[in-house]
Amino acid sequence: MSITDQLLPIHESARRLSPGADGIIFSSRVRLARNLKHHPFPGWAKKTDRIKVLETLFPIVQSLPQISEAVAEKMDALTPLEKQVLVERHLISREHAAKTAGSGIVLKKDETICVMINEEDHLRMQVLLPGFSVHEAWRIMDELDSALEERVEYAFQEELGYLTACPTNVGTGIRVSVMMHLPGLVLSEQMNPVIQAANKLGMTVRGLYGEGTDALGNLFQVSNQSTLGDSETTIIERLEKITRQILEAEQNARAMLLDKHRRMVYNHIGRAYGILSNSYAISSKEAMNLISLLRLGVDLGLFPGLEKGLLLELFTLVQPAHLQLWHGKKLAGEVRDAVRADLIRSKLRGIAFPDPPCPEANC
Amino acid sequence: MLCAICKQREARIHLTQIVGDKIQKVDLCEQCAKAKGVMDSTSYALADLLLGMESSAEPQTEPPKRRTNEPTCSRCGMTISDFKKIGRLGCPACYDTFREPISTMLRTMHRGLRHVGKVPKSIRSTKDLTEQIKQLQAQLKKAVEDENFELAAVLRDQIKELNARLNSILPSQSNQ
Repeated sequence: MSITDQLLPIHESARRLSPGADGIIFSSRVRLARNLKHHPFPGWAKKTDRIKVLETLFPIVQSLPQISEAVAEKMDALTPLEKQVLVERHLISREHAAKTAGSGIVLKKDETICVMINEEDHLRMQVLLPGFSVHEAWRIMDELDSALEERVEYAFQEELGYLTACPTNVGTGIRVSVMMHLPGLVLSEQMNPVIQAANKLGMTVRGLYGEGTDALGNLFQVSNQSTLGDSETTIIERLEKITRQILEAEQNARAMLLDKHRRMVYNHIGRAYGILSNSYAISSKEAMNLISLLRLGVDLGLFPGLEKGLLLELFTLVQPAHLQLWHGKKLAGEVRDAVRADLIRSKLRGIAFPDPPCPEANC
Repeated sequence: MLCAICKQREARIHLTQIVGDKIQKVDLCEQCAKAKGVMDSTSYALADLLLGMESSAEPQTEPPKRRTNEPTCSRCGMTISDFKKIGRLGCPACYDTFREPISTMLRTMHRGLRHVGKVPKSIRSTKDLTEQIKQLQAQLKKAVEDENFELAAVLRDQIKELNARLNSILPSQSNQ
């Protein structure tokens, strides 16, 4: 059975990333890096060592009570399409998708917990929850980690904490992140200063899929840089504080845009609606950027008939692997663009742009 | 735009790599990109592709032979120049081997130099046990000096028990 048959249906999976009342913070994630004491790190280990570590960890992780109903697979048993589906669902990193023999994944069926075995470290464990819930994500992760430490011996030093392949993760091994939808800051050209301010406060702001990726669909990941010298709780609270500040900046940017540049905002949203509901071929990049604008329109109350969940679903569905999963077979690039456009048109059928008034030409 | 390799199909993969101050660009069709193994932008070097070399999916696995007497990890064979090149350590023991250079790096990366977060329970309890044993040993020494042999015998038994507990934690944790 393919792993994609064991995962959640697309619409359920997409709604995992649904924001709370703020409409802006889509999801919260906590990731821990852990290693076994007596084994070389995966990047330096011989293939036989990696396989040995996988054979040790695979059954242990699957048997953890915290991951009930585990879905588990070795990376060499997955097709490129299946791996890409996992990447698009934020269950594994792009680096892990490139792995083959000696690496594996174990995930909880509801997709809240995912453990990568032999990524850059022996264990990369993540908890991903909808909305702004970093503390709850840490609570779940802490429990999982404590259960695991009773079954394996971690590489740990009193002075440097949990030892990791890259010194950037040493100490707590924690990376806390939130995914935020920030079209207001992008449209008002404030994103760069926000990124720089966050950097000064020890946070990284990155694109949708982490390191080195574009901010598709105005979606950004904010995460901590430092992992050594502060407790997990301090790191989480700092991220929480900065997230609140970015949230406020986004809300202010939206208010300012509506106040001073309403026509520009409506122009962007109206055109996004026009293209999405009338195109016959569209790339995933263009689609995501336009869906983001449509989502902004929904947030501003412009599309009373458009359900928020549908747009979240579209964010996931228009991406290459999910489009093919939804379609049921592999598609070449050009065909994908056509299938994607047809899918979006059909989903938006019957949704009208209500022609909101914007009377003054200079508003 | 046509694919740079087959020069027949439409290029759909556009790669840009900046190395130092040089920008390299190449445009490929999907088939050629797949054939060259460049669908994942993190696992190849553009220079290799342009030079016609296949990128190897497997990371370097053999510890290189020791050319010089530079610092080398006795556990995994990583040398300091390997570490500088790769930016990743070879094994947990490397943190001791390359203590000095790592500590310099940590200063620029992190807010502190000492771990203050979570500690595995087994370490917490071995630490507690070691501490208790130390205290009991001091008491035992004093009891013997005071010729309080009754107390000394009790303390000796307690130390024995704690040592047994300590030993039972340590080997059962080993998964070598």
